[in-house]
Amino acid sequence: MNRQATNLERNITLTVNGERVTRSVAARMHLVDFLRETLGLTGSHLGCEHGVCGACTIRVDGLTVRGCLMLAVQADGATVETIEGLTDSSKAADLQEEFLNRNALQCGYCTPGMLMTAVELLDRNAKPTREEIRDAISGNYCRCTGYHAIVDAIETVAKSRSSKKGTAS
Amino acid sequence: MNARDSGLTFLDRPNSYIGRSVPRPNARRLVMGRGTYVDDIRLPRLAHIAFLRSPHAHAKIRGFNLDAAKAAPGVIGVFTGADLAKVCTPWVAVLSHFKGLKSAPQYALPLDRACWTGEAICAVVAETRAQAEDAIALIEADLDPLPAAVDMEAALDPSTPVIHPELGDNLAFERTLDVGDVDTAFRNAAAVVEQTFQIGRHTGVTLEPRAILADWNDGEEKFTIYHSFQAPHMMQDIVCKHLDLPEASVRVVCKDVGGSFGIKVHIYPDEMATVAIAKILKRPVKFIADRMESFVSDIHARDHRVKGKMAIAADGEILGFEIDDLTGIGPYSVYPRTSAVEANQVVNLTGGPYRHKNYRARARVVFQNKVPMCQYRAVGHPIAVMVTEGLIDLAAAAIKMDPAKVREKNVIADDAHPSVAASGIKFEKLSHQQSLKKLLSMMDYDSLRKEQAELRKKGIHRGIGIATFIEITNPSAAFYGVGGARISSQDGCTLRLNPQGGVIASIGVTEQGQGTEAVIAQVVATAVGVPLSDVRVITGDTDTTPYGGGTWACRAAGIGGEAAWQSGKALRENILEVAGVILQAAPGTLDVRDGKIVDKANGNERMPLAELGRVAYFRPDTLPADLKPEFVVTRHYVPKDYPFAFTNGIQASYLEVDTDTGFVKLLKHWCVEDCGTVLNPQLVDEQVRGGIVQGIGAALFEVCRYDENGQMLNATMADYLVPMASEMPDIDVTHVVSPTASSELGAKGAGEAGTAGAPAAVVNAINDALSPFKANVAAQPVTPQDILKAMGKV
Repeated sequence: MNRQATNLERNITLTVNGERVTRSVAARMHLVDFLRETLGLTGSHLGCEHGVCGACTIRVDGLTVRGCLMLAVQADGATVETIEGLTDSSKAADLQEEFLNRNALQCGYCTPGMLMTAVELLDRNAKPTREEIRDAISGNYCRCTGYHAIVDAIETVAKSRSSKKGTAS
Repeated sequence: MNARDSGLTFLDRPNSYIGRSVPRPNARRLVMGRGTYVDDIRLPRLAHIAFLRSPHAHAKIRGFNLDAAKAAPGVIGVFTGADLAKVCTPWVAVLSHFKGLKSAPQYALPLDRACWTGEAICAVVAETRAQAEDAIALIEADLDPLPAAVDMEAALDPSTPVIHPELGDNLAFERTLDVGDVDTAFRNAAAVVEQTFQIGRHTGVTLEPRAILADWNDGEEKFTIYHSFQAPHMMQDIVCKHLDLPEASVRVVCKDVGGSFGIKVHIYPDEMATVAIAKILKRPVKFIADRMESFVSDIHARDHRVKGKMAIAADGEILGFEIDDLTGIGPYSVYPRTSAVEANQVVNLTGGPYRHKNYRARARVVFQNKVPMCQYRAVGHPIAVMVTEGLIDLAAAAIKMDPAKVREKNVIADDAHPSVAASGIKFEKLSHQQSLKKLLSMMDYDSLRKEQAELRKKGIHRGIGIATFIEITNPSAAFYGVGGARISSQDGCTLRLNPQGGVIASIGVTEQGQGTEAVIAQVVATAVGVPLSDVRVITGDTDTTPYGGGTWACRAAGIGGEAAWQSGKALRENILEVAGVILQAAPGTLDVRDGKIVDKANGNERMPLAELGRVAYFRPDTLPADLKPEFVVTRHYVPKDYPFAFTNGIQASYLEVDTDTGFVKLLKHWCVEDCGTVLNPQLVDEQVRGGIVQGIGAALFEVCRYDENGQMLNATMADYLVPMASEMPDIDVTHVVSPTASSELGAKGAGEAGTAGAPAAVVNAINDALSPFKANVAAQPVTPQDILKAMGKV
């Protein structure tokens, strides 16, 4: 084994949920491990560690990424948003409320990642069809709900946001 | 219209929350990312464990060179089977009510032999998980590969190696049953249909992998074990037994659990190893399975081959069933529930919804060198339902009768209960006729058949599949306890009225996302008479909850709910006794409603509960000397009059098969389900939907693929397919309500209904779509290639 590679550390500075943080991290550390282990932001979850399940979905510089497929050192200088920051910003408060009302989560392990994806979907498509919603969340596995309630919740929020916009304009 | 608006009420309680779709109070932290799963817990001096796992399906362990691993950075300790055998005794997973069931002793880490690819054989503890994994790579394991028994069909062949020579052969368990006169029934039949059904070996894939953090505090001589688990009291009992500790020395805490589905109710050697090592190291040690480890160490399920036969009369009457089930369970029966249960259920449940009286069954359970197999959501049900419903469709085709009509003619009549099935299982009250009627109208069966016929002319091949099912819920001690398993079938609920008028409920059933805590809060709020927001529910802690079984086999609502109901009624009585004294009124003329003492007759407020709390807790000097307020009460419940509260239901699938590619597009799925009293319609519907999708996974996608050497070939999330949102249909769910008379609430379970019926509905629909091609599939998962093969295209 290459000892040097595993022990290599580097300083990184990034903005996480609006806070500027500087840390020394191992070169091999994944971004999601950095968020969870180093910063204590345990809302992002690990389901597969190879980019399939979507439980670790976060936003980096405004785009959703898999926290398990990016290294912490790659996030040097980036702006990172996790479920904790999303919650504090209230940007997804309506989605979170509707997930609760519609019981669009059971065990909740996939939910932070699912919400991240839903936020991005509604940012780029204000009126998605059910099929478009299903397509958008197809990279986020949920083992409990069977997805129907999640699709319902996102659809309800899209409609309510659209009708509010309509009233305002 | 959503069920949440239906505003049902229950019993005679005013302001009832029972039957209402209130949101789950404990889900808010989860949407905020503020849950506490085991891997989120940080303790001082926390050490991390990683396991070396066997690369061979069967191998002699000659020894290890551990020097380099021990010297690796951050390593705290390296442990082998011999080290752990000094503190943790082995177990043998047999139960006396499965006569003849045999298994071999299983250790936390094996002493001299690995029996499946992925079995943990050595453990490293380090300051970080990464360091532990680095050190694992430095272990030199001297393993001598042995011939492996892989194929279950060949497990009993004399040329196959016997995995545990001391057991004599690879047959773990066999059950036979012969009821009525099967031979005559088959002789007199207008048609006899036969099929061999394969149900693939698959697994649970909880999104949160298995996780345990064991913290031994030498000063207190006490374990605190944080565990992603369904049955904390069972875990406590087993840790006590195998590490020789008194109950007071073991506290098991289950906080948020990221999916369970039966995966997290078994005793896993790597988890017991973690506990044993924490005891040796006298510090907290955490094991989080990674996904690759999950695929080769979580229990697998199903893996059945059933040869089925059914006899039918010309008028459509089912005359009898005969089945021969073979299932491979890996090298050990799994502790403590055993791995005989699924085959046993297949025998019990096959043909169960129907009136026939002639039934012959044989089930054989064999050892093999694969991941151990045990109970996963809807144990045995999807197999029995597939065999039964698959045969019915074949029989319907043979006598040219509509498959819905065959079911209509043969289901046990709604007014024929209580009744007994050919296999001997007892039904208190089922609603097959009503459910079937409701399903056909809900899906508009006749119009769908017309649409199907029209589209067929255009070369579009759609299929309709129906599956009737029964489900075992609310298990009594008959399930495990009678066989000697220390698994509680009873549960208790303790309620405490606080001075401000809020109620704390602690209960033995547990939460893994089903909504257990929400339902218990609804029942307690209704029974006591307080707002839902004033009830806080505590689950998953052996130190603070009454002894109970946890959540499995659809028992949380039916058994935990009834304990909560009885406890709530008792607390209300105690409250009214004190209120009567303070208000100088007969307790019988008062009631508790919405957090207030009121006159029962007209609802006029007499006193807020908070005032009663103030007086009772802080000014008891103002109460008569002989009045002793008891604001903590506990009640327990266990079903006794029936071994199980059977429920029933029916599902239908509508799908399209692309006959060029073999791809299946699911268009729609329906379910009518009867779980008795519905405590929270939305939660029940979502249990059913989630269960259906897991069943669809089994039907179309999920299988643990093995090569002939016992290597699992698809042990990653990318290779093992689970249902994704884009492939799943919308699912309509509705209910028939036949409450059980065993409890006052009348609630039965609903969590396994979806998984029980979905595979058969989907596979029947595929075969219906393929009927013009005289093609038939019977091996799950049904892949596009299987379909093309059946059509003779590849």
